[in-house]
Amino acid sequence: MSNLKYRLALIVGLALVAIWALLPREVKVRQRGADGAFTDTLMRRVPLRKGLDLSGGMHLALDVDESKGAVADKGAAIDRALKVVRTRIEGMGVSETVIQKAGNDRILIDIPGVSDRERAIKIAQEQAFLQFQITDKTNALEKALPRLDAIARERRIGGDAAVGTTVASAPSAGLNGLLTSGADSAKGAAGKADSAQADSASLPGANGGVISKMILAGGAPGQFMFERGNEPLLKEFFARPEVAAALPPAKVVRFGSDSTVVQNKTYRFLYMLDANPIITGDALTDAKPSTSSMDGTVVEFTLSNEGGRKFQRETAKHVHDYMAIVLDNVVMGSPPVINSAIGTRGQITMGQGRDLQAAQDLSLVLKAGALPVPLKVAEVRNIGPSMGQDSISRARTAGIIAIVLIVVIMLGYYRFSGLLAVGGLLLYVLYTLAVLAGFDAVLTLPGLAGFILSIGIAVDANVLIFERIREELDRGKTVRTAIDEGFHHAQTAIIDTSVSTILTAAVLYQYGTGPVKGFAVTLIAGIVASMFTAIFVVKTFYLLWLNRSRGAQSLSI
Amino acid sequence: MLRILHNTKYDFIKPWRIAIGATVAFILAGFVFLGVHEARYGSALNRSIEFTGGTLIQVQFRQPPHVDEIRSTVGQAGFPNAEIQEFGNTREFTIRASGAGQGANVAVEQTAHNVQAALEQKFGAQNVTIVRSEIIGARVGDELTRNAVIAILISLVVTLIYLAIRFEWRFGAAAVIATAHDLLSTLAFLAIMRLEVSLTVVAALLTVIGYSLNDTIIIFDRVREDLKKNRSDSLYTVLNKAINETLPRSVLTHFTVAAATFSLLVFGPEVIRPFSWIMLFGVVTGTFSSIYIAGPVLLWIEHRWPRTSTAKGGGTRVAATEVARPSRSASTAAR
Repeated sequence: MSNLKYRLALIVGLALVAIWALLPREVKVRQRGADGAFTDTLMRRVPLRKGLDLSGGMHLALDVDESKGAVADKGAAIDRALKVVRTRIEGMGVSETVIQKAGNDRILIDIPGVSDRERAIKIAQEQAFLQFQITDKTNALEKALPRLDAIARERRIGGDAAVGTTVASAPSAGLNGLLTSGADSAKGAAGKADSAQADSASLPGANGGVISKMILAGGAPGQFMFERGNEPLLKEFFARPEVAAALPPAKVVRFGSDSTVVQNKTYRFLYMLDANPIITGDALTDAKPSTSSMDGTVVEFTLSNEGGRKFQRETAKHVHDYMAIVLDNVVMGSPPVINSAIGTRGQITMGQGRDLQAAQDLSLVLKAGALPVPLKVAEVRNIGPSMGQDSISRARTAGIIAIVLIVVIMLGYYRFSGLLAVGGLLLYVLYTLAVLAGFDAVLTLPGLAGFILSIGIAVDANVLIFERIREELDRGKTVRTAIDEGFHHAQTAIIDTSVSTILTAAVLYQYGTGPVKGFAVTLIAGIVASMFTAIFVVKTFYLLWLNRSRGAQSLSI
Repeated sequence: MLRILHNTKYDFIKPWRIAIGATVAFILAGFVFLGVHEARYGSALNRSIEFTGGTLIQVQFRQPPHVDEIRSTVGQAGFPNAEIQEFGNTREFTIRASGAGQGANVAVEQTAHNVQAALEQKFGAQNVTIVRSEIIGARVGDELTRNAVIAILISLVVTLIYLAIRFEWRFGAAAVIATAHDLLSTLAFLAIMRLEVSLTVVAALLTVIGYSLNDTIIIFDRVREDLKKNRSDSLYTVLNKAINETLPRSVLTHFTVAAATFSLLVFGPEVIRPFSWIMLFGVVTGTFSSIYIAGPVLLWIEHRWPRTSTAKGGGTRVAATEVARPSRSASTAAR
């Protein structure tokens, strides 16, 4: 009798814990308001996390990109990259994001409810390596042009036709004049070019090779222009190792983010910069988007004290020089001229056609810091919210119908004992859900399917026991002994089958990803709960019944 | 007391030649299908883009569109060889293009974007909803394939070890061979139905393995018990008896599991359909293999490697249970 009390106490206790674990509770949800600020709101909901396939959202896998050179210590690099990516994604203001490392060189990102695929990828993937570099004043590119032309000739780069039209329609000498008078989109440096930069107006060697015909002088030292159509060719050309070798040491060529229109032709910018940056994004402590009447959308940044001192020292040395702000090797906007030493604050012009959202994202990325390694997208999955809703409602229907069918089968075949089994089944569902909530497991669609299936499989243990009890009754044993023997004999088979299934599920968990992991967790939770309810709970029900009806001669089974 | 198949005395093992012949024929048919698919579609199994790498876009239209219209629109957007399939109803379609080795890079991402734009232009933005899009790099696909194969192999090995410890190696080996059969026949089923093999299907495959193993273990558990009780009976008799004894349980359990699977198949979400098919087939093949594969294989192993030390080892085991039993009933009595 006391034994029975303990059994009941354990079952009721576990049920209470399970109910408590499943009670709706306050969950902090971070949302971004219309003004772009984040607010934390409390929401009441059942503490079961829905996977992306149910909630809708985006799953992203990023790999270390080794296409531009091998990465020495991938593991350490990905750890640092993980921190950066986490800060950035969390800054997007979406609740319940999951950011984790997978294997040695991959980052997995789950963002529920996000539909803007391109934006999320950009925020996660952008390397955000910020450098401030002084533009070249030594005519280094002009001097290098004959060598570059020679390389182009050797490698047979650039068709004559394309070059011919460029030179014919926009002779380089005239271009500078055009710039100074009109073209206000090329404001920045180009607009200020009129006074000092006359000497760099035309490039030497107009009769030279392909490259020198393509590149025209810009408005500032170290700034050049080329027709937009030539962009792929030039980018490919300057990426060549022999070209880099032909350039003077300590100088680099970078492309610009903006373009300008002169005489109905679109031109892009090219810059020759000092390779050594005066300061990098490491020194940045804060960045926020802003708009200025002069430059449109900008990102205002603040440097650390130490960084500020260095910046001041360096800019003092370079008064009247032009400073290029280079993000991921692209010169942002037009390099401004340094009028006097700059302290800890400054701004980055976003350039044309970039809205406040872009500035917001850039500040986010800059604040989080640069990625230590370039990352490339290995996998993107986007699931619309309607699909998740549909999945849940259909899975619910299927689940209810499955349960009804199983209950009908059990009651029809086993009568009273079937009722005990159904009682056990209810506890089974409760326990399984509680275990899932307790382990903070993610409920995925295959997981839901596995759960519905596991209800069917869970009655197997009951069936085994009941059939065994029937056999024992057939052998003429009393009800009490038959129940005892039935449970005892069925137990080994139940344990053996459960353990082998748990082993399979564990393997699945180890080697599966996302939804399949969810499936494995559901399966394991289900089997443990089913073992407990079939062997322990239903037996307790029997003991309770035996106690009530002392000396029962027959059992409805 | 409602009873089905009670006290049956069927000789299940007798027609084992026919049964094994039938299943071998089924598996061979599956392989023929694999060959035919290989020749026709260029891929033996209909692997999802999770394994091949590539792009999948699921689109919902307000009005049922013409498939050819979608095909031409998608073709212009850079997917000339895309596979377009109806998904569940006439208004939903999946557009699938395998990676062809280029991996998920910016270009592929861009193509997905282009497809969306092209469809919106063709059918009107308000009539087209992108329900789901997946872009998976070739490397991810390779890794998943490798992991799936490793998962299946490891689960087989782990099960073998567990059964060898709990029973003895003969039972373990027979169970694992039966499981391998389930794997092959499910593969044949996959090939014949040309179901899409996704990660979820691999999960279903592993569940089938577990489920079929349950069946085998339950029969073997009976064999183990009956061997101890009736030591004079041949394994053939004991095996048949065990299968007959567990028959009501098998029928009832398969019935409930099939009921759950069936309701998933009919009422469940479309995405889960291949999973449900595999499970439904798994119930059948699992039942079959635990009788006609595990049984005959166990007999064959027994015949090939008879237990020389049966008398000794079995004797001590029987003795041990004999000792254990009274003490257990004593405790029952005390309660």
